[in-house]
Amino acid sequence: MTERPLSPHLSVYKFKYTLATSILNRFAGLILSLGFVLLVYWLVALACGARAYAQAREFLSLGVFKLVYVVLLAAFVYHTVAGVRHLIWDTGRGLDRASARRSAWIVAWVSLIVTLILAYCLLRPGAYSR
Amino acid sequence: MSLRAPLGQVLGRGSAKHGVHQWWLQRVTSIALVPLSIGFVVSLLALPALDYATLVAWLRQGGIALGLVLFVLVAARHSQLGVRVVIEDYVHAPGLKTLALVTSDFSHVVAAAAAIFAILKVAFGGRW
Repeated sequence: MTERPLSPHLSVYKFKYTLATSILNRFAGLILSLGFVLLVYWLVALACGARAYAQAREFLSLGVFKLVYVVLLAAFVYHTVAGVRHLIWDTGRGLDRASARRSAWIVAWVSLIVTLILAYCLLRPGAYSR
Repeated sequence: MSLRAPLGQVLGRGSAKHGVHQWWLQRVTSIALVPLSIGFVVSLLALPALDYATLVAWLRQGGIALGLVLFVLVAARHSQLGVRVVIEDYVHAPGLKTLALVTSDFSHVVAAAAAIFAILKVAFGGRW
């Protein structure tokens, strides 16, 4: 067991932003897995009828959930954009160092801009007041 | 001299060719999730309100219900594969690793089943 190569130990690599894009993708995926629980809760509450849904909605409207939704949104956008980068890599393209660094910046900017746009849609004044 | 037939000597020795199955499935589900997840997020953000009546009307559209069922199904599988890899990478104690993997698998199946049941229940109408 100890003789076998053990997988990603973050601490043994020199930090580079390309490393950050990689571990962030995994981290974002985990956050989305946790967010799935929230989706299930919301859907089940909806299926339980109007009163149960009203209660769940009151709970899900607590201030702290604004932060949760923005984090989930950011994780979703990042995981999607970075995931497309991985799919392109899987075709064998863009794997050299210069391309990987360039695509890391593209992923960062695209996800930041799209996250800001979607977060504005979510948090704009008067949204979902009903 | 061995009494084993040549076939018996080679069977069970090579790779079962199943090694890339999970890796492949992770990619296939991710391709499917690009339109499914974007469709889900955009159509959710495009809703005028999030009250009960609006959401029931939203889910009773066949296309939305079908899209949501597909999204939940594929996302749960994708998540299960992803969490599995993370556990395999970072949880090294054998017993704990097995426990974590089984717990994750069970949770994902339960979550997907509950979500799909809820979607269909709303889509087909009726109350508890």
